[in-house]
Amino acid sequence: MLDFPLWKKISLWSIALLLALLAVPSLLGAGGLTSGDAFEELPQVNLGLDLAGGSHLLLEASEADVAAQRLENIEEAVRLAMRNAEPRIRIGDISTADGELSFILDNPGDIDRAREELQPLIAGQGITNEWDLEVIDTQRMVLTRTSAGLRTAINTAMEAAAEVVRTRIDKLGTREPTIIRQGTNRIVVQVPGLEDPEALKELLGETAVLEFKLVDKNALLTNVQAGIAPPGSQIFPYAEESDRAGGFEAVKRLGGIRGDNLTDASPGNDPQTNEPVVTIKFDSQGATKFAKLSTENVGERFAIILDGEVLSAPRFNEPILGGSAQISGGFTAESAAKLSIQLSSGALPVPLTVVEERSVGAELGADSIRKGLIAMLIGSIAVITLMMATYGRFGVYATAALVFNLLILLGVMAGINATLTLPGIAGFVLTVGAAVDANVLINERIREERKRGRKVLPAVEIGYKEASRAIWDANITNFIAGGLLFIFGSGPIKGFAIVLVIGLATSVFSALMLTRMWAVGWLRKTRPADINI
Amino acid sequence: MKLLKLVPADTNIKFLKVRLPFFVVSVLLIAASWGLVLTQGLNYGVDFAGGQEVRLTFEEREEAPIPELRELVGGLGYGSPVVQTFGEANQVSIRVPLPAEVEETPGAATEIGNQVIATISGEFADARTDGNDTVSGKVAGEFRQAALLALIAAMVAVALYIWVRFEWQFGVGALFALFHDVSLTLGLFSLFQLEFSLQIIAAILSIIGYSLNDTIVVYDRIRENLKKFRKMPLPELLDLSINETLARTVMTSLTLLVALLPLLFFGPESLFGLVAAITAGLFIGTYSSVYLASPILIWLGVTSDSFVPPETAIEKQEKAARDRARGQV
Repeated sequence: MLDFPLWKKISLWSIALLLALLAVPSLLGAGGLTSGDAFEELPQVNLGLDLAGGSHLLLEASEADVAAQRLENIEEAVRLAMRNAEPRIRIGDISTADGELSFILDNPGDIDRAREELQPLIAGQGITNEWDLEVIDTQRMVLTRTSAGLRTAINTAMEAAAEVVRTRIDKLGTREPTIIRQGTNRIVVQVPGLEDPEALKELLGETAVLEFKLVDKNALLTNVQAGIAPPGSQIFPYAEESDRAGGFEAVKRLGGIRGDNLTDASPGNDPQTNEPVVTIKFDSQGATKFAKLSTENVGERFAIILDGEVLSAPRFNEPILGGSAQISGGFTAESAAKLSIQLSSGALPVPLTVVEERSVGAELGADSIRKGLIAMLIGSIAVITLMMATYGRFGVYATAALVFNLLILLGVMAGINATLTLPGIAGFVLTVGAAVDANVLINERIREERKRGRKVLPAVEIGYKEASRAIWDANITNFIAGGLLFIFGSGPIKGFAIVLVIGLATSVFSALMLTRMWAVGWLRKTRPADINI
Repeated sequence: MKLLKLVPADTNIKFLKVRLPFFVVSVLLIAASWGLVLTQGLNYGVDFAGGQEVRLTFEEREEAPIPELRELVGGLGYGSPVVQTFGEANQVSIRVPLPAEVEETPGAATEIGNQVIATISGEFADARTDGNDTVSGKVAGEFRQAALLALIAAMVAVALYIWVRFEWQFGVGALFALFHDVSLTLGLFSLFQLEFSLQIIAAILSIIGYSLNDTIVVYDRIRENLKKFRKMPLPELLDLSINETLARTVMTSLTLLVALLPLLFFGPESLFGLVAAITAGLFIGTYSSVYLASPILIWLGVTSDSFVPPETAIEKQEKAARDRARGQV
């Protein structure tokens, strides 16, 4: 028990010193000393947003939105497939309700051909079909969504959405954003240093689906204002910022193009009117489509529609062959810049809503760190004084172990790149408690054994042996509680739990191994007949 | 050098003489706490209730215009806000509850938050936003569920561990003590209507951890003494164990207290609730280890046999052989 061979001493010292050294970059970082030197490369404890300042957004996509969108897509795909079949398959009575698409074949004899055309559409991306196909009364076809298909669709949409979110934030020029998917339909965005997330929320709050659709010139103005669309057309409202806000436009349902195929979008000013505009560049596929659309419809008006709102409806004065176009729509310089970012990062496949937002100003964070450090300093001095006054030399060992414990804890956190949050500071204090408790248990036991008349060495030996049972039990139970807290907890709780769990491990190490090594080393060297404890 | 001894050696305080009245009082306190929680409820912060909490500093004022703020934000029509100073006199925290009718709307909390901040910055040019939290109704519901789950899972798991390491009576005793600690803490939060947030869940779990620590230290000594003094009556043995560990209990509580108090008085305002809860729990937890966790062992019928393994067949043979050998001499 009291035997400390050289190899054991060396390994204990090296573990303790190595882990404690890992804390150095973080400590220097807290003092603001690392900027621009070699330390920046070394692992450091991350400061949580509540300490460093920054914004945290939890974005949620509505599963119903994804479902509705997939239904809309399949309807369009089915219409297109039937129209393009050779010869054309005529269908009617198309309806979408309750996650189902149903339609009637004009000619029941087309059933096998229709089935064949539908096959690639209903397959989806997973192993199971996204849609189940059913035929009722030999001529009505019903497509029903499968739950596996919806799950895959949501997953794909979220995967893509996270990518779009990342690109948009990167283009905003903020540093080191963290973007992670959470659960089935959520994305967490954390941006350190961003105090006012207003711009970020606006940037992410719109899907930015851009469409170009031909204006239905035959629609009657009164009907359009009343919301009655001519057959084959749809009605869209004008955007609030546009110069025709409050108005509506009827556009042809089919034959337009979507602005998915963009290579770039940049803000600028119209050379004639000096009005802020956004210039978009199509990729080769998009350029071809746009050239075709403009060539075939010279003289016609087309609507530029963003997220279901018309920005403007200019005329094709000539074929546009260069693959680039200018969008105007009552922009300000800011909104043109925002739209450029949104368009060049691609459209969000599904709208995202902010369901949780937390932002902390850097000043409040710095204030918290300062006050936390001062309080910890005072607390540490008080604890150390108390320990030394109570246990003398053994109190010194306990104090040294405590200092090592805190350094090792910080070092391990840096090593695994953990994040220190405000509740984590409270976790540090509790770790001090756990470490002190272990030392108190040991020292009280040694006192007791001495009082019972044991000699110094056996008293110390039994003190460590008997106390370590309770120390292990207490720390393991707390470890269990801390681990569960980490698993089930969220946000601030996790930050607290991580410190607690690591701290329990380091405090057992420092109290049971380090102090024992030091105490034994001293006892062996001096062989005192009595100890002051 | 004379060393400090907080607890004199060889104390012999008859803690358990008054176990019954204390137990009755504890049970009544638990009942009262739950009565309070169920009738008066907890003052949920934004984490659990949803809504918005914003912290502001009025940079050009000595004192924050609290009545004006109350009127201004209340005038937005989202119910009456909680406006209070937070730290300095010119710093406030404003909490706006989430109206019940938009609890299911995912983006409602953020919209309200935007409006509150815009309104205040419009009216007071020197208002600086230090921090802002908005939580939607659904997310708040999930936080409530996760917190409850974490609490229950932690309590059950540690009780199981103690059952395995000690005996089932000890597991029950520890669980009851923890239930007492959690109940009383919730009762205090309900009584004083302190803001109950995610941080407080962390505090309650620290209290559980600390109280458990205490309970285990006493239990460990009881186990040891049960093996050592097989004939001693249980109440006496429990008193002995508590007295033997008393110096440690006082010393550890005191050290934790001197570490917590600076954090309570000089620490960051945002940590005040958490630290205050832990500090209160320190006393509740120490009490429950002595007056609840221990006497329960008497009522659940722990005996010294609980820890002495029954004789194995080999031991019986050896004993018989020893007896025979003794008989021949």
